[in-house]
Amino acid sequence: MPASLAPAHNTGNPIAVEMRGLNKWYGEFHVLRDINLTVRKGERLVICGPSGSGKSTMIRCINRLEEHQTGTLMVDGIELTNDVRNIDAIRREVGMVFQQFNLFPHLTVLENLTLAPIWVRKVPKKEAEEAAMYYLERVKIPEQAAKYPGQLSGGQQQRVAIARSLCMKPKIMLFDEPTSALDPEMIKEVLDVMVELAREGMTMLCVTHEMGFAREVADAIIFMDRGEIVESAPPSTFFANPRTDRLKLFLSQILRGH
Amino acid sequence: MANGRVAAVSLPADRPVAHGFLSRALLWARANLFSSWLNSVLTLVLAYFLAKGLISFVSWAFIDAIWSLPTQDTRPCRDARAESACWALIGERNRFILFGTYPFEEQWRAALAVGVFLALYGLSTVRAFWNFRLVVIWTVGLAAIGVLMWGGVFGLAYVEQEKWGGLPLTLILATFGIAFAFPLSILVALGRRSAMPAVRMICVTYVELIRGVPLISVLFMASVMFPLFLPEGITIDKLLRAQVAIILFAAAYLAEVVRGGLQAIPKGQYEAADALGLGYWRKTGLIILPQALRICIPPLVNTFIGLFKDTSLVTIIGLYDLLGAAKASIVEPRWVGFGVEAYMFISLIYFIFCFAMSKYSQGLEVEFSRHTKR
Repeated sequence: MPASLAPAHNTGNPIAVEMRGLNKWYGEFHVLRDINLTVRKGERLVICGPSGSGKSTMIRCINRLEEHQTGTLMVDGIELTNDVRNIDAIRREVGMVFQQFNLFPHLTVLENLTLAPIWVRKVPKKEAEEAAMYYLERVKIPEQAAKYPGQLSGGQQQRVAIARSLCMKPKIMLFDEPTSALDPEMIKEVLDVMVELAREGMTMLCVTHEMGFAREVADAIIFMDRGEIVESAPPSTFFANPRTDRLKLFLSQILRGH
Repeated sequence: MANGRVAAVSLPADRPVAHGFLSRALLWARANLFSSWLNSVLTLVLAYFLAKGLISFVSWAFIDAIWSLPTQDTRPCRDARAESACWALIGERNRFILFGTYPFEEQWRAALAVGVFLALYGLSTVRAFWNFRLVVIWTVGLAAIGVLMWGGVFGLAYVEQEKWGGLPLTLILATFGIAFAFPLSILVALGRRSAMPAVRMICVTYVELIRGVPLISVLFMASVMFPLFLPEGITIDKLLRAQVAIILFAAAYLAEVVRGGLQAIPKGQYEAADALGLGYWRKTGLIILPQALRICIPPLVNTFIGLFKDTSLVTIIGLYDLLGAAKASIVEPRWVGFGVEAYMFISLIYFIFCFAMSKYSQGLEVEFSRHTKR
């Protein structure tokens, strides 16, 4: 464990994401129950829980891919309402990496990376391409710039997806099970990129079951079940002293064989 | 590499290796045409009828055909009606079939307009022009066609629209039809998927209403009923009314094709575009439509080809397009009864245009799918 990655309980840092009494229903199904959560700038949060526990839905609320019904949600000091301008402003500052990569298959890797900076941030094309190449080098695949997503492996595609988000210079990064669709041998190359990003102080919310990653970088791990935040603790206590039976059960299932 | 091994194993080792075209052809014929006695009989019977049909067609259309007549008298053609095609009809009436009632002396202008159309189609296939240049090219080209057809400037005699006909008219109806119906159909398809109920309802009503009636009745409405509703003194000419009717009709069909393409785009593409902060129009224009339209190239071109041929229905409201002119060319008593030749001539013209569209779209499909296979 690198000593440089001191668990920063950045209590003094400004708030990046704040949820107060957040509720969401899909029809009758109560998918998010009274969620209260504060994430400060520079904090790394890992969210885990059984499938259907609402963890993906929760982080998808942050950039309005899902709409919450009651409660307040502040992102980077802006409250998320139905105001389209606020939604656009927040989306510019929040990057997201999806389970299925969701690269644009009709565009080259480079075009995938420069599209949003050029059209949303109005960066000149040349500048956007230089930035894109910089981030492609950071994710260690600059040689793939001219290829199309369909020609890359899953791990490479996910690294391109991370680079695509970074090109918008986001203040907050959301990861929605970024390694769940990958073959085992490709998981590490994606996690390495994420660890490096965490080291540089990016505010990150990761839905993942990669507990090694959680141990290494998370300031706090959140356990969700049935739409609620059941437990929240720094990694050391999270694994060593789970308070609830639900978390004990979950950990026993997920850590089996580790 | 497992595939390679399987393929290698499945090749029969004792299979004779065929060299040369003839031996390969014989092997193919034995495997596909004469594999059993029933297949052999069927092959022979079909071959007999095919050969017979082909021979009689070739002798009718080429060998025994009458290519020209020494005098104005068409009796030689009539006497040999059963066994000879009378291409002398095309020789004499081709200008009328191609250009309709456009003044004979000025028909070089109509021919030039067709040439400009062909040049525009050709230039549009060059990918280097797929930007603002194509807009400029088309604006200039269409302006030139307008000047050529109407005249009244640069010392060209004015030719009123009622006299336009033949191939230029068909190309005008088809080109403007596609050029306006296609963008309109995209808007309607997007509208049908809009989050706004009013927009959705308008688009659904439009599509269902237009799809529910035949093109002929839309054309009739445009030519007969519509003028009744116009205030007195205002007239919109027949060609424009037919053109609008064709555009509205084709757009309804195209909208459903485009909607099919839109539905094939995974939700993740919308979410990725949203997450990057692209607004609705950028998301649609840069991410969704480029993919959706690629998917539906085959049905799109299908509809374009249908529209190209459907323009021939305007003869019913008295416009002399290619089909109308062909029909009118055999009205003259001397030529009554020579419909087959006239129709074959214009069929060939229709075929060339439709086949070109089809081939071009196949090329596009291959080109687009080269890198983007998932």
